[in-house]
Amino acid sequence: MEIQENKSTLEVTPRNEEKVKKIWITAGILLAITVAEFIMAFTMPRGLLLYALFIILTIWKAKYIMMEFMHLGDEAKSLFYSIIVPLIFLVWLLIALAKEGTEIFMMRW
Amino acid sequence: MSAHSTAIGVSSKRGTWGGGNEPMKASYGKLMMWFFLLSDIFTFAAFLITYLSIRVSYPAYAGPAESFVGSNEYWPVPELVFEAVPFLHGIHAPLVFVGIMTFILISSSVTMVLAVEAGHRNDRNDVVKWMLWTMVGGITFLGCQAWEWSHFIHGTEGGSVLTYINSLGREVTETVFGANLVVNEYGPPAFAQLFFFITGFHGFHVTIGVVLLFLAFYQAAVGVYDKRGHYEMIEKIGLYWHFVDLVWVFVFTLFYLI
Repeated sequence: MEIQENKSTLEVTPRNEEKVKKIWITAGILLAITVAEFIMAFTMPRGLLLYALFIILTIWKAKYIMMEFMHLGDEAKSLFYSIIVPLIFLVWLLIALAKEGTEIFMMRW
Repeated sequence: MSAHSTAIGVSSKRGTWGGGNEPMKASYGKLMMWFFLLSDIFTFAAFLITYLSIRVSYPAYAGPAESFVGSNEYWPVPELVFEAVPFLHGIHAPLVFVGIMTFILISSSVTMVLAVEAGHRNDRNDVVKWMLWTMVGGITFLGCQAWEWSHFIHGTEGGSVLTYINSLGREVTETVFGANLVVNEYGPPAFAQLFFFITGFHGFHVTIGVVLLFLAFYQAAVGVYDKRGHYEMIEKIGLYWHFVDLVWVFVFTLFYLI
């Protein structure tokens, strides 16, 4: 059987150093926020303030992942809002059920 | 970045949404991946918000960290439960191992986005290289999670003395080691149930992700995407992989920090 030369037929463009640099900066930001969360977990008193800060920092990290890694910001506006607007309701669900939980003692055994 | 341009284009009679074009400027596959991910976000959000809701309905452990004992009367503090690291038996290292797992998953997300960037440039060698690294990251993460589960199930040497209703419906008081779906030495039954269910569902997504990564890696390596003329599949699988990372970021916060 003849072995076919498996070469690319497409034109290969050189690496976009600026884009790659941006990826690494984003990774650095994600790691920095995670480290900050670790420090907070061990130094701050547990309570509503700490939990709220954790959730805000996590949503902030999610923003970086969706915008920089998943390139949602580069998509057409209609696609961008189709994804983002439903997620805003989830923030409300989170607040509502977290409040609900504090009102019920031992919600589930 | 749409790969298939339509011959029709935007006709003035039909308008943007009249059909025959791509109003969202994304191919069918990519669009559907986004909407699938949106539905999966809803599923995970339901699970995680349920966890938070049940967690805050329990009293929190209030005493000093050194004297923590597991009890089904209050919710455990995560840094006192997840404190073991492989090969370092008996050393108290709170949240160190889960920190390593988070680092591995974020790193694999970085190599994935580098693979997508290489795909935009039609650079097969770079795509193959970064896909391979992403797979290594994913498999390592799964291995870590297997260890974490195993440790959680087998428990500590001391265990905890708990009074609970066993599977035969009798109330018993005994020393409990590790965790199962009926009782666990760390906290209320709901704690272990939610841990198994949510991290298990996430781990299942990672497993699917590794399979998809392998398929794309193989197809890229043998030149399928070169023949096809574009590397959009890498982009679509990249979206899924970043989603897995996105969910882990929330699992990490809710299970290990709060």
